[in-house]
This record gives sequence, C-alpha cells and structure tokens, in this order.
Amino acid sequence: MNKLLFFAGLKDIINADHLELNLAGKTVKEVKAELKQQYSDLPLESVLTAINEEFAFDDDIIEKNDVIAFIPPVSGG
Amino acid sequence: MNFRIVHEPIIVQEAIDLVISRNAGAVTTFIGTVREITGSKKTMKLCYEAYEPMARKKLEEIGLEIKEKWQNAEVAIFHRVGELDITDIAVVIAVSTPHRNDAYEANRYAIERIKEIVPIWKKEYWEDGEEWIGNQQQTKAYPSGEPKGVDTYE
Repeated sequence: MNKLLFFAGLKDIINADHLELNLAGKTVKEVKAELKQQYSDLPLESVLTAINEEFAFDDDIIEKNDVIAFIPPVSGG
Repeated sequence: MNFRIVHEPIIVQEAIDLVISRNAGAVTTFIGTVREITGSKKTMKLCYEAYEPMARKKLEEIGLEIKEKWQNAEVAIFHRVGELDITDIAVVIAVSTPHRNDAYEANRYAIERIKEIVPIWKKEYWEDGEEWIGNQQQTKAYPSGEPKGVDTYE
C-alpha cells in the first residue's frame, strides 16, 4: 500500500489529510490523473509531488510502500 | 539540532548560540514576524502547517547549500508551526561567517530558499474570511513553474 499525504488547501478539498491506495508501478503523472478524476477540484497542475520526502518528477515510478506527498505552492517564512 | 520545525514560541538566542564560533566575526539574524496589515487587509492570526520531516530535511539542505557557497558559514533555522498571533515570530535564521558581508548575503539566501523549497504553508485569517496562501487561486504557482534548484545545489 501507499500512503498519500495532502496539505494546506488540498486537505480541505478532499476532506482528509491522507489516503491509502495501492499505486505500485504507476507513474506520478498517472496517479495525478486518477486523483483528478475522483476530485476534479484538486489543482494538481500547480502541485509538486514528493516521494519519500524528496521532490519527484512526473515520470517517476511509485514503488511499494512509498509515501507520496502532494506539495501545493509553499508559503513559509 | 540546527534545523527545527517547532510548535512553541521561538527563542532567538538559541539560534544565535548555535552559530557562534571562534571562527566567526559576524552573526546575522533574520526574524520573520506576523504582520497585521497587508494592503487593505487586516490579519487576525495565522496558522502555519508543515510536512515536518521533509521541511526539516529541506532546511538542512539550505544549510548545506550555504556552507558550499560561503566558506566557514554556520547556520541555524527554526520555523514555527501552528497558530500564531500578530507580532509572533514565525521564523528565525542565524548565520555566522568570518566576515560580515558573507553573513548578510547568506542569511538573505536562506529566507529566499525557504520560500521556494520548504514544504510549509500559511493560512491567513482575516476579519472577513480565511485563505491558504499560495493556493489554487494564484494563477501561477511558482514564478518559474517549479521551485528553483529543487534537490540540487545551485
């Protein structure tokens, strides 16, 4: 299984801070497309993805037990 | 620990103490505080949220970038999360270097990088509503499409 983490405004849109899904073998891009189908309000175009706490690219492939985090534009400082 | 995400009020002196060294001839501190008025809007309070383990890693990474760019620099960064009131300290950056120019430059670099690569988000509470800053209402998420120098030492 994979844990998907959502933060800030994304969390409000899906009404949860995480989801558990089996995504092994899929690319980041495919996962984003699936999420978009289920939650059409998610502004995933402006969201970066992290796999196991490192920024990932759209064609990176997700492995078993990877933690996927969706990082909306940051506003710390 | 020089790089912290904290839930309690920040004590600036702790960051300074971490960077003081016999090599240092200058220490600069940047203190980011919660501002009440932005344009015509009045902020009542703020809430910061972080992806804490990744945020800590990214702060450490900024520290490494600084050490590469500025010889003999020492860096400490604390960012607070949770609810903050007006005038509360949200972030402190302390940098020491042998000479003052480097300390100023490196400190400025740190805050700019925080705003690019560290997964921390701010929610503003105004008199008439609330909003996550940097959210989907912005037409452009990042000026260049994505944070500059993600996972690289520029």
